[in-house]
Parts: sequence; C-alpha cells; structure tokens
Amino acid sequence: MFKWRTDDFSWVDFTIDVLRVIIVLGVVIGAWNTLSSGRISLAQWVNLFAAGLSQGSIYALIALGYTLVYGILLMINFAHGEVFMAGAFSTVFLAEALNRTGFLNAQPLLAILLMIAFAGLVSMSVAILLERIAYRPLRGSPRLVPLITAIGASFFLQYTFRGLYGSGFKAYPGVNALQGAIEIGGISIPVVQVFVFCAAIFLMLCLYWLVERTRVGKAMRAVSENKEVARLMGIDIDWVIMFTFGVGGFLAGSAGVINGLFRPQGVNFYMGFIPGIKAFTAAVLGGIGNIPGAMLGGLFLGVIEAIGPNLVLAGLGIPGANQLKDVIAFTMLVLVLIFRPQGILGERLSETKA
Amino acid sequence: MALLEVNDIHTYYGNIHALKGVSFEVDSGEIIALIGSNGAGKTTTLRTISGLMAPRDGRVLYDGEDISTARADTLVAKGISMVPEGRGVFAKLTVEENLDMGAYTRRDSGIKEDLKGAYELFPRLGERKKQVAGTLSGGEQQMLAIARALMAKPRLLLLDEPSMGLAPVLVDGVFDTVQRIANEGVTILLVEQNAHMALQIADRGYVLQSGEVAISDTAANLQQNETVQRTYLGID
Ligand SMILES: Nc1ncnc2c1ncn2[C@@H]1O[C@H](COP(=O)(O)OP(=O)(O)OP(=O)(O)O)[C@@H](O)[C@H]1O
Ligand SMILES: [Mg+2]
Repeated sequence: MFKWRTDDFSWVDFTIDVLRVIIVLGVVIGAWNTLSSGRISLAQWVNLFAAGLSQGSIYALIALGYTLVYGILLMINFAHGEVFMAGAFSTVFLAEALNRTGFLNAQPLLAILLMIAFAGLVSMSVAILLERIAYRPLRGSPRLVPLITAIGASFFLQYTFRGLYGSGFKAYPGVNALQGAIEIGGISIPVVQVFVFCAAIFLMLCLYWLVERTRVGKAMRAVSENKEVARLMGIDIDWVIMFTFGVGGFLAGSAGVINGLFRPQGVNFYMGFIPGIKAFTAAVLGGIGNIPGAMLGGLFLGVIEAIGPNLVLAGLGIPGANQLKDVIAFTMLVLVLIFRPQGILGERLSETKA
Repeated sequence: MALLEVNDIHTYYGNIHALKGVSFEVDSGEIIALIGSNGAGKTTTLRTISGLMAPRDGRVLYDGEDISTARADTLVAKGISMVPEGRGVFAKLTVEENLDMGAYTRRDSGIKEDLKGAYELFPRLGERKKQVAGTLSGGEQQMLAIARALMAKPRLLLLDEPSMGLAPVLVDGVFDTVQRIANEGVTILLVEQNAHMALQIADRGYVLQSGEVAISDTAANLQQNETVQRTYLGID
C-alpha cells in the first residue's frame, strides 16, 4: 500500500489545508472585486437574496424527507426526488382543471390549499408504497442493497410517469393573485416569492409541532433512537417508519406545488432529479438526520446559489456566472463532505451509527 | 393458574443455542428472582418472554394464552412491561417524554395522574422532567427506566439487572423500590447478578446455568443452598 502518512506530515491534510486556503482566497477576492466594482446595487442584492430564500425553502421541504427517513432508518431514500416529481406532476392536471373552471383565480387560496393537499397525498402514497414494496423487505440487509433499489425505484417512477404522460414539458397555470410585487422601502419583491417562503415556513412549523408535541412525533424520535426499546414501549415500529415516509412524502408533494407556482415551467418526468440531489445536498449541509439542519441547509443552499455566482464567480472574472448555479450546489456538497461531513448542525457520526 | 408459565423454551442467536429448555412459573403477586452468572441466559429468557425474540421450541403462556410468537409491541397492552438491560432510556427525549412513551399504548384518562404518581415515587425525576434523559446520572436513569415501565400499568414487570453499574448506596434504593412496586400488586420477574439482594426480596428463585435451570427453590432455601452460597453469594 502506498503510504500517505510519514511521521509528522500528511499529504492528505496538507492538500486539504491548501484547498481551504485557495477557497477562502477565491471567495474573498471574488467578493471584493464584485463589491468594489459596484456592478450590482443593494436593491439587486436584496432581490437575489429573496429569490434565494424562496428557492431554498423549496429545497428545505424536500430535504426534510431525506433527513426524516435517514433519522429513523439510517438510510438515504434516493428515490425521494421522484416522490417530489410524482406530486408535482399529478397536480398539474388538477391545476389545469381548476384553472379551466375559473376556480383557481376566483378562490386562489382555497385552490392552492386543495392542490397542496392533493399533491401531498399523491407523494405520500408513492413514498409509502416505496417503503412497503422496495425498502421494507430489505431492512437489515447491507447498506448498499437499499441504495441500489432506490436507484431502480427512481427509474421505475420516472418511466411510469413518462409512459403515462409522455416526455414533454407541462406548466402550472398562472395565478393572478400571485402576480405583481410588494414594495418595501424602494425594494420590490415578487408576491410569489413571499408566498412560497411563507407557505414553506408554515409547513415546517407544522412539522416541528408534529415531531415535538404529538404522541406520534415522540414515537418517531423514540424509534429513531432505539428501535428495540421503542417496541418494548408498545410502539409498532413498522407503522412509525411508514408514517415517517408518509410525512416526508407529503412535504415533498407540497414542495412540488409550491415549486410549480414559483417556477411554472419545467414539469416533466425528469424534474425530480436535480432538485432531489440539491435537497440531498441541503440535508447533508445541515447535518443529515437533523430536522432544523435540513431547514437551514435548504435555505442556505438556495441563498448561496442565488448570490454565490454573482458575488464570487463574476468577481473572479468567470463568464456566464449565473449558469453555474448547479455547479455551486454540487461543489458545496463535495466541500461539506471533505471539510465537515457532519454538516452545519450535525453531530459527528459514530461508527456504529454511520 | 400461574400468571406466567415458561415451558421448555429453546431460543437461538443464529446457530448459538442460548436457552436449552428453560421452564419455570411465576404466580400472580410473586417476586421471582432469576440468577446466574454471565452468559447463563438470563437476558435471553426475558427477551423471549417480552417478545423481542421468539423461541424455536417450547411455549410461553401468559394468563393462559400462548404468547410464544407474539410481537413485543402487542404484549405491552396485555400487561407485560420490561426494563431492559442497560436501562435503555431515550437519551434525546426529556424525562417526561420518556414517561409518555411508557404510556404509549394507553388511551385512558389516568395518565396525568400516573405521571404525578411517578414523580411522587421518584422526586428526582420530577425535578428534572424537562431535562433530556441523556443528562441524568446512572441512578436517575434507572429510576426513569423503572418509572417508564410502570407507566404502562403492567401486571407483570420484567427487570433485567436493575442494580447493574450503580453505586452501592443506590443499590439498596433500587431493591426497596422493587419491593414497593410488588406491594402495589405488580408481579415481578427480577434478573440479577446481585443474588444476595435479589434473594432477600424474592419469594422464590431459579438459578440459570448455561441456558438451563439448574436449581429452583424458595428464596429462603436458596440462600441456605451450598452451591448457591459458593457460586453466587460469595460465601465459602
Ligand atoms: N446478540 C447475540 N448474538 C449471539 N450470541 C448471543 C447474543 N446475545 C447473547 N448471546 C449468547 O447467548 C448466551 C446467553 O446470553 P444472555 O445475554 O442471555 O446472558 P445473561 O445471563 O443475560 O448474561 P449477563 O449476566 O452477562 O447479562 C451467551 O452465551 C451469549 O454469548
Ligand atoms: Mg444479561
């Protein structure tokens, strides 16, 4: 074996340290150049930030599904992006129908609630079926096995939707009440962004209440901590695991609708892939298994994605910085895994738990 | 009729034959001690009764019903509670949430009242009800584990080495508590390495050896038994 470590010098540590310095320098120099050039006004920064928060709150909702399942089963449900897609895609049809009858614009709030409930239920059912059919029979098998199954399940879901509805793009109908902008102190923020953010925060508060205050929420935490003792309390852990998948699914489905209102275009069978990976990044950023971590990780990733390219990359003279959004997300994933694998809020995973 | 009848059970861990035909009975209202050295099969016996494991052979009868293959979570509602080896408190849940989990299967309105009762029995827990259980001392965690099991209102309480790892001053308190719980009418099956204390509060006892019952007698007779004295009581 090649030896990396001599007695007091490690090439790995050295390389990581050099990387750290380069990254910090790059960020500082890029930001300095951008800010001193004054190319982007304060109002524009605020707009970028607000857009980032909205996008981030959608990531956060999806990320919660990864983190809830990981917290209880120490398993990453890589088909979760497709759970999101299933709700978002199915609800396009409901949204179109509501639009045709005029209900969508006559009663926007009610119509959106209806859509969220519908998408939530679709995604919840998909998540529960996934658990029952694909994951439960594999519980207790090596960790790689459910991972491979998840990838298979992803393809299955993608091509089911493609088979049913084709590979073309669909769009959510516009909602009049969400057009326009709110003016605050000379800065105008689109109404839809405010709506997206508030809706997501509301859903997260509901989740917080569920997990912290209700009987089933306590049972979820108990099962996540010690399954055997949870059974000795009379908790049916299979049911709790299914419920957890369902909750994660519901949040992903509602994220699908909220995403559809925020970015109406781009609904198709493949739409879950990128948001899925980004939400996974957000969950890892916040410390996988950690609920507030997933929320913060999502918001953080959204904001970094919105601000990072303009602030750092443009300042470093990299052309077409805004097209590099996705690169930022995945670079963040790699960086977190290198420098702080436990995430922002996560505790260091012990061998037994990891 | 005995409340619990363990009838010639054989329990395995994979190929490891841990229980080789264990039989004993627990009558309603009794305290039964199950003693034996490391690896004798005491924990396995409790796990088989509580439904965490199923015997490959033999039967476990509870209140006349065959529960050999019943799942652990269904037995709690039937009145079997267990305090597992090493306590098993939920470290990230608060003291009160742990107690809530003890009452998970209950739907009656007496839960609040019983919570108060638990804090009366263990005032230390009452002072710390909002604290996460992981921050409690070992003795407090043992109190919590016992209080949590009682929240299910069990008829039969299985205790796996409740005195393990506790400072000697706390050990007396634990056995005191067990005695008090028994006085309330709860039937107790007590697994202990501290045979001396266990036999003092027990009515009868069984000695497990390599997965088999080697001796069974009243607690008083066991205390006088030469083999028991030599092997488990440290008397020469
Ligand atoms: N998870 C396991 N896998 C394999 N064998 C096990 C396992 N747990 C226990 N055993 C074996 O089963 C036998 C009985 O173990 P058990 O834990 O019931 O003993 P015990 O009497 O409770 O001992 P102790 O006093 O150390 O708690 C032992 O030989 C032990 O090695
Ligand atoms: Mg044991």
